[in-house]
Amino acid sequence: MTGLEVTLRAVRHRGRRAFVPYFMAGTSNEWLRHVEAAANAGADAIEIGLPFSDPMMDGVVIQEAAKRSLDRGTTLASVVGELASVDVGVPLVVMTYYNVLLHGGLERSAAMLAQVNVRGAIVPDLPPEESSEWSSACAPHDLATIYLVAPSTPNERVAMVAQRTQGFCYAQGRMAVTGTTSEEGDGASVAAAIRAVSDVPVYVGIGVSTPEQAQRAASYSDGVIVGSALVRRILDGATPNDVEDFVRSFRRALDASHE
Amino acid sequence: MNAPEVFMDKPDASGRFGDFGGRFVPEALMTACLELEVAFNDAWNDDAFVQEFYDVLHTFGGRPTPVTELSRLSRHLGLRIYAKREDLAHTGSHKINNVVGQTLLTKRMGKPRVIAETGAGQHGVATATAAARLGLSCTVYMGELDTQRQALNVFRMELLGATVVPVTSGSKTLKDAVNEAMREWVTCVKDTHYCLGSVMGPHPFPWIVREFQSIIGREASRQLTEMGVGTPDVVVACVGGGSNAAGIFAGFANTDARLVGVEAAGGAAIATGSPGVLHGMRSMLIQDEFGQIEEAHSVSAGLDYPGIGPEHAYLAKAHRAQYEAIGDDEVIPALQLLSELEGIVPALETAHAVAWLIREAGTTLAPGTSVLLNLSGRGDKDVAQVREILRGAS
Repeated sequence: MTGLEVTLRAVRHRGRRAFVPYFMAGTSNEWLRHVEAAANAGADAIEIGLPFSDPMMDGVVIQEAAKRSLDRGTTLASVVGELASVDVGVPLVVMTYYNVLLHGGLERSAAMLAQVNVRGAIVPDLPPEESSEWSSACAPHDLATIYLVAPSTPNERVAMVAQRTQGFCYAQGRMAVTGTTSEEGDGASVAAAIRAVSDVPVYVGIGVSTPEQAQRAASYSDGVIVGSALVRRILDGATPNDVEDFVRSFRRALDASHE
Repeated sequence: MNAPEVFMDKPDASGRFGDFGGRFVPEALMTACLELEVAFNDAWNDDAFVQEFYDVLHTFGGRPTPVTELSRLSRHLGLRIYAKREDLAHTGSHKINNVVGQTLLTKRMGKPRVIAETGAGQHGVATATAAARLGLSCTVYMGELDTQRQALNVFRMELLGATVVPVTSGSKTLKDAVNEAMREWVTCVKDTHYCLGSVMGPHPFPWIVREFQSIIGREASRQLTEMGVGTPDVVVACVGGGSNAAGIFAGFANTDARLVGVEAAGGAAIATGSPGVLHGMRSMLIQDEFGQIEEAHSVSAGLDYPGIGPEHAYLAKAHRAQYEAIGDDEVIPALQLLSELEGIVPALETAHAVAWLIREAGTTLAPGTSVLLNLSGRGDKDVAQVREILRGAS
């Protein structure tokens, strides 16, 4: 079992619903302060987006953030360099596209990320069928590879994906790219399908943008991931204090849901 | 002793041609790709489906397209040039072959709607056409820059009942239209087929599109035999994603013919690219040292793509085909020359292949060399743009 999964299972064992905010690395000079603020306000793990020019699984908000970050010269190496200066005390998980890791060199990318306490990677365009090289590169560094289960994933495939995922299983709440704001999704049935075949922690993302939605999602899962709603605020100039308030509002909703 | 390699056969189980291809898609699209592979395998092995495909291409698509000997251009260049006239197919390019196949497949899968990306608008117009014929709903994603360069094609698609969505992200061209079509497909994959326009994207698309386009090469091979030409020395076609080239190469991949793909210099994935993963495939891509995809630049919207189909990347690596680049400055004179000497105004894309013949005639192409040129599309869509360019130059 990966270190990430040990940590996240312990969160669940404590009776706590996990909150995982997403930040695009390098959108401003302050981005690490945002990450620290989120950790202080009760995030259980933090997703760090490494920008890619063609983010196929992302909606307009993350696209804009990726462009802003790339325009500022962000690279895998620059993010690793910056992360080396902080210790936020909760696991970091990167989210990026395969070509970014491929060009860094898979072995080298995995080693660099692990060195700065990154514990896992979500690579949305790398399904389990294509991931053997990346998984081999990650194994020596205890870097978890996290897979998604979508509402369209048939049950027999859910079993395969849930067996392969490490750390947690990402339950895609809607058939949509990131940044969807519509109300009711498919998160409950996706989470149930995963739980039927695995006891890996299940976190719901895509379609969770408010504390109320997070609270509902937490009733059938082990945690939630919130990206675009937070990134939108950051693109609009949110300060670390604003980020702290944002994370606290979710923290409160999740803690209340469990009491 | 190994048997000689058979080119342009089925990809392996993971959808690879050598090192290239594969299926690098979000989980949300994985099931649709797997189902499509099963559905295509089933259909392509069903004589009734194959017969319907040929019948529709015959009675609706204008096939078989003729092979025309380009006598005056041949004399001018000292070559023997034969043109496979895909410009005479319905909607004015080879694109109709693929969309007839994919829309029949869409209907067979019970889906009522297609989406498509388009660059120059040729694939969008063809998809809208085939969708209208079968009563399928159709939405086409087109880079905003291309909707301006090809405004008449936007109107054509609308006349055909399609909805055209201008894509404002990234470079606002073909690459971004593909991104947006993929994103849209995630939301509607249950009842919508993504009618991908070239031999690119995740498996099984590169294979499906090549199979539907291979009718070009099979017809041309038969026609050249009937004309007494036999196997040509050279087969040449322009390459963006590479569907017309794949189609014509398929008829000659296992002969002695030299296969030449001509890319736009501003989008020459083989000449200037490196291996990477984009749009669901591992192929050759134009990208920076960090794996960020760079923007292609070409006078021709249809070749404005930073990648190339994975099978072409493989044919290049295996030295079965060669890929050359032609700059914008060579394209317009080639278009003019073919128009004046042969009475055929080619598409800007196609003019790249003509330009390569002009450049190589008398050097790498010895006098008397027989050439099969895939005349992939007609130039009507480009006339206004060419006029602007020539006005600007005078």
